[in-house]
Amino acid sequence: MPTTTASSLPLKAEDRKFERNSPPPTEDYREQLFELEAKGEIEIIRVPEPYIEVETKYGRKKKIPLEHTWHHKSCGQCGHIPGYSTAIFWLNRQFGFDYHDPRDQTSCTAWNYYASATSNPAAQAAVAVRNFAQAQIDGYFPVIHCGTSYGHYKEVRAELIYSAELRKQVRAVLARLGKKLVFPEEIVHYSEWVHVMRHEIKKRQTRDFSNLTITVHPACHYHKLVVEDAIYDKDLYNGQRTAIVSGLVKTIGSKLADYSTWHDCCGFGFRHILVSRDFSRSFATMRKIEVMIEEANPDLTLTHDTGCVTTLDQSQFAAKAHGKKVGIPVMSDAQYAALAMGAHPFKVCQLHWHNMEIRTILEKMGIDYDKAWSEFEHQVDRIKSGEIDYLSWEDADA
Amino acid sequence: MSIYKDAKYMDVPFEEKQKLFDQVKGDMRWDHIFNGCYECGICVAACPSARFYDFSPRVFVQTLEREDIDTFYELMNDSVWDCSQCFSCTRCPRESNPGALITVMREVAVNNGLNSAKEALKAYSRIIYKIMSTGTQVAPDMLQPDAFPDWGPHVKEISDNLEYWRRALPPETLHTVELAWDVSVETRLELFMIWKLTGNLEMIENIDEGIFMILEEVMEELLEEHGYDLDDYENVIED
Ligand code: SF4
Ligand code: SF4
Repeated sequence: MPTTTASSLPLKAEDRKFERNSPPPTEDYREQLFELEAKGEIEIIRVPEPYIEVETKYGRKKKIPLEHTWHHKSCGQCGHIPGYSTAIFWLNRQFGFDYHDPRDQTSCTAWNYYASATSNPAAQAAVAVRNFAQAQIDGYFPVIHCGTSYGHYKEVRAELIYSAELRKQVRAVLARLGKKLVFPEEIVHYSEWVHVMRHEIKKRQTRDFSNLTITVHPACHYHKLVVEDAIYDKDLYNGQRTAIVSGLVKTIGSKLADYSTWHDCCGFGFRHILVSRDFSRSFATMRKIEVMIEEANPDLTLTHDTGCVTTLDQSQFAAKAHGKKVGIPVMSDAQYAALAMGAHPFKVCQLHWHNMEIRTILEKMGIDYDKAWSEFEHQVDRIKSGEIDYLSWEDADA
Repeated sequence: MSIYKDAKYMDVPFEEKQKLFDQVKGDMRWDHIFNGCYECGICVAACPSARFYDFSPRVFVQTLEREDIDTFYELMNDSVWDCSQCFSCTRCPRESNPGALITVMREVAVNNGLNSAKEALKAYSRIIYKIMSTGTQVAPDMLQPDAFPDWGPHVKEISDNLEYWRRALPPETLHTVELAWDVSVETRLELFMIWKLTGNLEMIENIDEGIFMILEEVMEELLEEHGYDLDDYENVIED
């Protein structure tokens, strides 16, 4: 029996040693999926080679494909923070990877599901499977840009594994569309790809970010909604917190700063960001931004989901107007990685769509803000004059 | 007896409330998301909505565990819409999932056309229409200063420059203004069919007839243009 002597008092977090002392508390979803496949109930899309294996929360290995990826975009990223998606594609192009940016993809519809509940499990599963079936037809493996889609598709997977009735319904719906019930071997989030690519990103780093102090907000739908797929690393926060984003920051060489409300959500709230934004604003500033400033005073905060970038960035404007101590620029891990590799802040990372002032952070990154902005404006002028229709990848890198 | 002194729905027949409770308990997800409650309060400590509203995930789970039908009905008509769906409450040591239980309660509220659900979703119906008709939920042209006055002048700057700034995006799928990305017509049609085949349109009819009518009209037109008949796509998941 443990005794409560001074020497056996709970250890401080930094003194604890990470050890697994029990088997995973859940059944392995891959085994369950393959069993269903063997029974002819479902078809599993295999993770294509080359892939990198990483450890997830309960110690199982997860395969993250490097290329041949079907980019399941995020409506919020593409719609309101398009430099987020652009940076993901730019990174893939820099490595010369084969990827596909599909037009035959729909949003997961989970924002609506979590906000309004005007949906049902069969509709949700059918939307997910239609996207996966299309990825299979297109010959690529789905990689999900949106944290909510990622979280929600894991829920759909559990429901499909559990319910023969749901599988029957989804098969019937998909058959009417001329498609099959297929599911990927792994649900992969783009930030997991960034994570496994971090050492390659480091090799191509052209800007020194060692003078930056960075806080990380881990996205709720990445690590809380169906927890077991998330990537953990025993050398990062002692294996007690997902390694995603934080691992990248350390590899790139910036100072990773901790703060006490790291587990709190950003305040997005699904319906709240649109219809009760006073809640989102208050939560984002009072529980996240102000705490980060108080405890870590970061130059930048990074996160890896759509709603988090939006809420943390946009909410600060009103708080600033009220004289609150706010004003941290907010970006995705993909934009930070792209900037480290020399991407243009406006033509690629499209930081003019963000709210908080970014001149200071860009200058700390060694980027001439005025020069970069005039280069972007020059391209916009070319579009306006009819000289070019769109900004090409080549012009973005010129 | 509800736990609330100011209970608002005591005049609703007990059988009606019991019916909705049975629908929640009968949901296929129930066994996976409800395992009872220790009353430890961990979910409340982790919950963002509990900090800013008179809201408690613990009360939801306790109420469901005690089968307190009157309190359940109060929660379903009110507090249920305060949840942020962040799933911070999956820290529950009893392995209950309050956020997921709340999702199921919302679905039952919508399915049964509760007035409170209609009220809660009034301001949201434009988004429902957008996702159901286009396949993407957030559009660049939603960034209008009058919709986001608290986000400051940069929203106006974006909306003033929207068309050119969209064309200044290197990925070819992102040159859209009314859609987050360029979704092919075939894909939009397939999505329409999913709504029809899964009874999702009927759910919308229960909650917002106006949106339902516009959706049907738009869908029918687009399907007809492409040689489909909407009536061929009946709900295939009904018992
Ligand atoms: S999902 Fe809802 S109940 Fe659970 S912690 Fe988040 S806001 Fe609270
Ligand atoms: S965390 Fe779980 S056991 Fe604890 S109060 Fe909440 S629902 Fe009950």
